[in-house]
Amino acid sequence: MDGHHAGRHAAHPNRRRMLIGSGLALAGLAAATPPALAALPENGPAGRAAPDGPMRFDEVYRGRRIQGWTEPVTHHGPGGDGHHRSGGHGHDRHGGGARVLVDGRDLHLMRNADGSWISVVNHYQTYDDLRALARGAVDALDGAALIPLP
Amino acid sequence: MRKNQATLTDAEKQNFVEAVLALKRRGRYDRFVRTHQEFVMSDTDDGPRVAHRGPSFLPWHRRFLLDFEEELRGIDDTVELPYWDWTMDQDPEAAPWTGDFLGGTGRAADGQVTTGPFARGGGRWRISVRVDSRDFLRRSLGAGGGVRLPTRAELDSVLALSTYDQSPWHSRAEGFRNQLEGWRGVNLHNRVHQWVDGHMATGASPNDPVFWLHHCFVDKLWADWQRLHPDSGYLPRRPTRDVVSLEEPMRPWGDVTPADMLDHTRFYAYDTDAETGAGGGPGA
Repeated sequence: MDGHHAGRHAAHPNRRRMLIGSGLALAGLAAATPPALAALPENGPAGRAAPDGPMRFDEVYRGRRIQGWTEPVTHHGPGGDGHHRSGGHGHDRHGGGARVLVDGRDLHLMRNADGSWISVVNHYQTYDDLRALARGAVDALDGAALIPLP
Repeated sequence: MRKNQATLTDAEKQNFVEAVLALKRRGRYDRFVRTHQEFVMSDTDDGPRVAHRGPSFLPWHRRFLLDFEEELRGIDDTVELPYWDWTMDQDPEAAPWTGDFLGGTGRAADGQVTTGPFARGGGRWRISVRVDSRDFLRRSLGAGGGVRLPTRAELDSVLALSTYDQSPWHSRAEGFRNQLEGWRGVNLHNRVHQWVDGHMATGASPNDPVFWLHHCFVDKLWADWQRLHPDSGYLPRRPTRDVVSLEEPMRPWGDVTPADMLDHTRFYAYDTDAETGAGGGPGA
């Protein structure tokens, strides 16, 4: 058992290398999509505070760009890269009025009744805030890209 | 007879594995993954919920497992689902994580399972219903965020709860169902998904065949609870907003109600039924 834990830690150099690699690939992606990203309001839905207050983050975590809003962003906004799902499963309904992107792609999320969150990649673990959820998703993705849900 | 996986013979393990692989090869496995994923995404605390975070969590999964088991038996009629008692078998290097059964934990670099019949390298287990670009089965047994498997004492504390479920009938409810599912209390079912990690931590968790062994044990715990609380029963009995009451149909079947699923002995037996006196079947 100890061997597994040790192995997990020993993996970090490899993982880091992979993330650096994906970061380079993402730099290309970001360059290809500035119009969509630029369409985002600079400070999120400012002035129209969600019940729990306005919140937004836009940062690079372990080489991945994560962005979050606590109010719905129109489907004509970010994520219009052809990978974004439309119809059927509205994010507004499931995400409790929130949205998270990882490298510009939607992360399906859901709000629990106690105000915490879960995402489709950590579906049995709750997070108290969206940024922690987004970082948890990056950890779980381990360099892989989100793809449209089946 | 559904048995504890720790007691399976080599032949029984092999028959189970071969039947699962045959389902996959025939293209009949992934629809179970897809169905689960769809319900995971549509079951919400503030909207309709059937498979998760509501009272019908247990009857929904009982029927889901029955459907899967029926598919397996269509390939090999000697196969029945085994269960994994995660309060007993907690060693990530022992059964069910052996090369002749489910294979071991994932490798350190990327979580890829590289041993056993479900390793990507074996060419028989490619993940197709997925949320990211990786097409290999992943696990990190016990490595995820300091999660440990539930103890028997924790399990008993949940089995001791006498109310099946209660308002508000979702992830904040008190009662047996929600503490077994794990949104409240000591957390049993959700925590085991996290402990296995990899695909089991996602909405597409049936991609890992241990999903069936885990849920078979959860199903058995429902039967155990019924026996401990013969005067309790499924709740709510009357139609209630957003959830499935006792005699309402469950999606996706449309003709299956929680009441239809209450008595597991109509469909199968557990290896512990005799010693615990089941057989007459619990009433509604």
